[in-house]
Order: sequence, then structure tokens, then C-alpha cells
Amino acid sequence: MSSASIRQESAIEIAESRKGKLGAGVYSGRSRVVLERGYFALKSSTWAVVASGFVEPLIYLVAFGYGIGQFIDGVVDGNGNPISYAQFIAPALLATSAMNGAIYDSTWNVFFKMHFGRIYNGMLSTSLGTLDVALGEISWALLRGLAYAIGFMAIVTPMGLVPSWWGLLAIPASVLVAFGFAAVGMGITSYLKHRQQMQYIQLVMLPMFLFSGTFFPLTIYPEPIQWFIQALPLWQAIELIRGLTLGILNLAMLGHVLYFVVMIIGGLYFTTRRLTALFLR
Amino acid sequence: MIRLERLNIRLFQRRKTLILAKDSKAPETMIIAKGLTKVYGDFKAVDGIDFTVTRGESFGLLGPNGAGKSTTMKMIAATSQRSGGDLLILGKDPNDQGPEIRAHLGVVPQQDNLDRELKVWENLMIYGRYFGLSRKWLKVKIEELLDFAQLADKRNSKTEELSGGMKRRLTIARGLVNEPEILMLDEPTTGLDPQARHILWDRLFRLKEQGVTLVITTHYMDEAEQLCDRIMVMDKGKIMAEGSPAELIKNYSSKEVLEVRFGSDNNAQVAKELEGIGERLEILPDRILVYAEDGEQCLEQIIKKGLHPVTSLVRRSSLEDVFLRLTGRTLVD
Repeated sequence: MSSASIRQESAIEIAESRKGKLGAGVYSGRSRVVLERGYFALKSSTWAVVASGFVEPLIYLVAFGYGIGQFIDGVVDGNGNPISYAQFIAPALLATSAMNGAIYDSTWNVFFKMHFGRIYNGMLSTSLGTLDVALGEISWALLRGLAYAIGFMAIVTPMGLVPSWWGLLAIPASVLVAFGFAAVGMGITSYLKHRQQMQYIQLVMLPMFLFSGTFFPLTIYPEPIQWFIQALPLWQAIELIRGLTLGILNLAMLGHVLYFVVMIIGGLYFTTRRLTALFLR
Repeated sequence: MIRLERLNIRLFQRRKTLILAKDSKAPETMIIAKGLTKVYGDFKAVDGIDFTVTRGESFGLLGPNGAGKSTTMKMIAATSQRSGGDLLILGKDPNDQGPEIRAHLGVVPQQDNLDRELKVWENLMIYGRYFGLSRKWLKVKIEELLDFAQLADKRNSKTEELSGGMKRRLTIARGLVNEPEILMLDEPTTGLDPQARHILWDRLFRLKEQGVTLVITTHYMDEAEQLCDRIMVMDKGKIMAEGSPAELIKNYSSKEVLEVRFGSDNNAQVAKELEGIGERLEILPDRILVYAEDGEQCLEQIIKKGLHPVTSLVRRSSLEDVFLRLTGRTLVD
């Protein structure tokens, strides 16, 4: 059988089919092929590294939820009903694992592909556009966040740490959170030139993890610090997911959703712009 | 081997019908550049060059490092925007039809950018997928390409396990996955050993026979002579000369060259005594070049003067001599 006998539009016809459509110069509608590349690469990657991101929040859950949690009484949900300390921190750890999964792929991996692997150089020598690459890479990063979230939920739900049925929505909420972090993560990474600068990302991530209402409520801080923390994405993520797993819904959650929608759009915009400047100018 | 022959015949026939169909028209212009300029800050990498490339032609950009060859290639490949002038690739402007132009092209960059996380077969598959081609079609196409690149038994290897020559052949195979009309090769054999170079030249020559338009940059004159129908000599962002290898040699050099060495310290001294011998002299630190119709005759004249070179060599003029004449410098320094 020869390739000529299989009907196939030529690469040119495929590229021309988007002629005149919105964003034709940056988007070919083929970001999914970037995911296919991720799948190929994953097949031959080190699974232990992938699994570590899944295990990490479980370790925190055991150490804090069940270890330290034994010494903590009087935890209440937003309506004043008593809950266990593990129930209080489980949604926060879920939000954190969605964040970590998304950030890992969209920062370190993207930095490597951009500067050492020259992967985007190759992709952008084809008829792919910069938005395809940005959207594809960000989607790949969010898939890792999603995988971690599902794994975490599958373990904590049978343990009784998700008291409400609304908790099911915590999974799509984790996708939203991961998407937001991945978009901003890749956006920031695309501006970084040196490996050392990547450490700054870690420098922000750890304190954000410890102080965003993860292990204790914000009310212990003075008011100006509360405002500051409320402006951080992880606090927004934790509030959204905690509301769902505990089944306490309010209008503020729409605000959290909007926060992540803005992160996604902003991240995509800056990443696309930056990729164009780096590889097509 | 038999399979390979069959494949080449098939590829050849297919290209031939393609060319015949186009033959009814006048030679088709693939690339046209007028006053093409690229400025980085206050450095003019490419300084207002004009050229055209027609279908089926093998077009070479010859020049030393920093001449502006790679920058020109990037502008043609629609991965670098020009700062000034006009550029049309198959009638399309790369400034606003980048993805469409890139669909027509196969690109073999100077620095390998194979996907190191992927295996050989996967590299070809994913690259085809970037163009939106179907998996089913690609599976068959990849077999053709692996045979062409002589990498069929390496399909499951990681790219790191390949030799330099194999990597370059894989990059070329990858550049062919979308059946491009123009294949762009930036320094295709730099860093390869002689045997790997010859294998690569053979593969590129086959593509040329099949009617693929080749645009090649090189600073090796033998490569340019082997592969190019027409050459544009570049230096410092400008075009110094243009023509077929034979035309360039005819216009800018003599038929033969006599190379004589009198020892590094003596060359300049002796050169004064050689005035008048041959058509022209070129004095290099390590040797003197005498350009003439008949090199042997010049050597006799030198010996008659009582001068005895340490070594002497008569050879035919090459593009290296053309370049030396045009710029006063050698290509590889």
C-alpha cells in the first residue's frame, strides 16, 4: 500500500482551510496535536516523578489531618457545624495538588522545552500557530492537575472527608484551577531566561501553600494581611473547592470562578504573544 | 535494497507527473525577494537583497559565518519577520500568511531540534500531526521516509542513540513528511564526517532529481558545487555575486590555480618577484595563489626565475577562489 492511495488533504489544503478566519495567523485549531506529543513523551518518562505529585498531598493529609488533627478540636464549617480537621484541610490539599500538577508542567517542563529541547522551534516551523502551542501545552499541564485531583478524590471520598454531594463538582473545579495556574505559569515561564529565575516560582509557591487558609482559617491574621491573601490564586482555589466538598455554596464562589477565568485568558494571551515574539519575529 | 529502489522509482514517477503538469506553464517562481532586509538593533544582518528561486531549482546561499544566510533562511521559512523590503513565497506574504507558507515548506535547521523525548518513529509521526495530517496516511508515509533516510532499523531508537549523520537524515526525513514544495537546508553537512556527508549528498541529490526545490546554505564550496544549480554568494548581509558554479568560476576566477608555498616567513617577500606571472596573484599567510589559464606553465616560469617553492600544486579553480576574489577573505577561517 502506498501513501498515495490513502486520501489525504495536503498540508497546504489543511493550512488554507483556516484562511480568513479569526486568529488565522496564530491559531490553526490543532492544539490537540500538542497533547499527542505530550502523550508520546509521557510513555517514555519516569513514572516515579509523575506519581510523586500524587503522593505528596496524601502525605500532608496523613501528617496534618490525622497526626496534628488529633490535637485540634472545635473546627467548624462556614455554617458553624462541627467538622473534623481532616475534612477542613482535604479540599485545600486538593486545590494545592491541582496547582502543583499544573505548575510543574507549565514551568519546569516548558522552560526545558523552550530553551534546551527546542521543541517549540520545531512546532512553529510547521503550520501550527503560537496559540495552538500555548493552548496545547497549557491543556497538557492541566491534565496532570486533573489526574492528581481525581486520584486524590478517589482516596479521600471513601475516607469520609467529602461530606457533601456537591463535592463531585470539586473535580471540574480542580480543572478550572489547574487551567488557571497552568496558563499563568506558562505565561511567566515564557519571560524567564535563566534557570535561577525559575527558583522564584518555588519561592512564591511554598508560602502561598502554607498561608492561604490551607491549614487554618484566615481570621487569625490582621485585616490587611487577610486582604492580601484573598487576592492570591491559591486562596481563591481553596475557598472554591472547600465550599463544594463541605456543601456550603454562596455567591462569592462565582467570584472565585471568574478569578480563574481571568487567569486563563490573561495567561493564554501573554503566552501566545511571547511565543510569537520569541520564535516568529 | 530492492525495496528501496522500487520506492525511489515510485517517488520519482510521482514527482515527474507533478512536474510535467506544471511544465505547460513558464518556470514558476517559488520565492521572490526585493530589497529584503533584517535589522537587529543597529546591526543589519541582511541588507537589501534581491533574488528569485524557481520551481525545481537547487538554490545555494554561500558565505562565511555571519553573512546573513541563516537569517535569510528564517525569513523565507516564515519564522522571522523581515524588517524591510518585499518577500513572497509561492505568492504569499510571510508577514500575514505564516502558517500557510510553513505548510509548503520542509525545514532542516542548522542546529538539530529533534524531539529528544520521543523515538525516531514518533518524531516523524508527531511532526506530521503538527501539519494536521491523518495518522493513517502518516503510518504509510513514515515507512517511505524511514527507507529514504536509511533509518528503517532505527525506528524504535531514541534520537540520542543516533550518530550525527543519522540525526541529520532523520531531520531531513522529518522535513519531508508534509511533502513540501521547498526544502530548506541550513548548513546540512556541517559537523559531519566525510562518509556521512556523502550519504547525505546522495539523499539530497535524489530529492533534487525528484523535482523538489532546494534552498541550501553552506560555507563549503564543494557542497555548493555538488548540490546547487545556482549560487548566491553573500557577505556581510549583501549579495556579492550570483550564478551557476561554472559561471561564477568563469566570471570571477581563472581556469586553473597554482598554489606555491615558500615557507610562512618568505611568502610575502617572494610574491614581489612573482609579479607578472599568470593573470592575478593572491597572497595568503601560508601560500601564494597564481591564477592562470595554464598552471604548469606558470610553475616553469617561477622555477626559471631561480625560485624554488617548498610545495606546489596545480588545481582547477573553485568557488573558494571566487569568494576570495570577491571578499578578499577565505570562506572557512
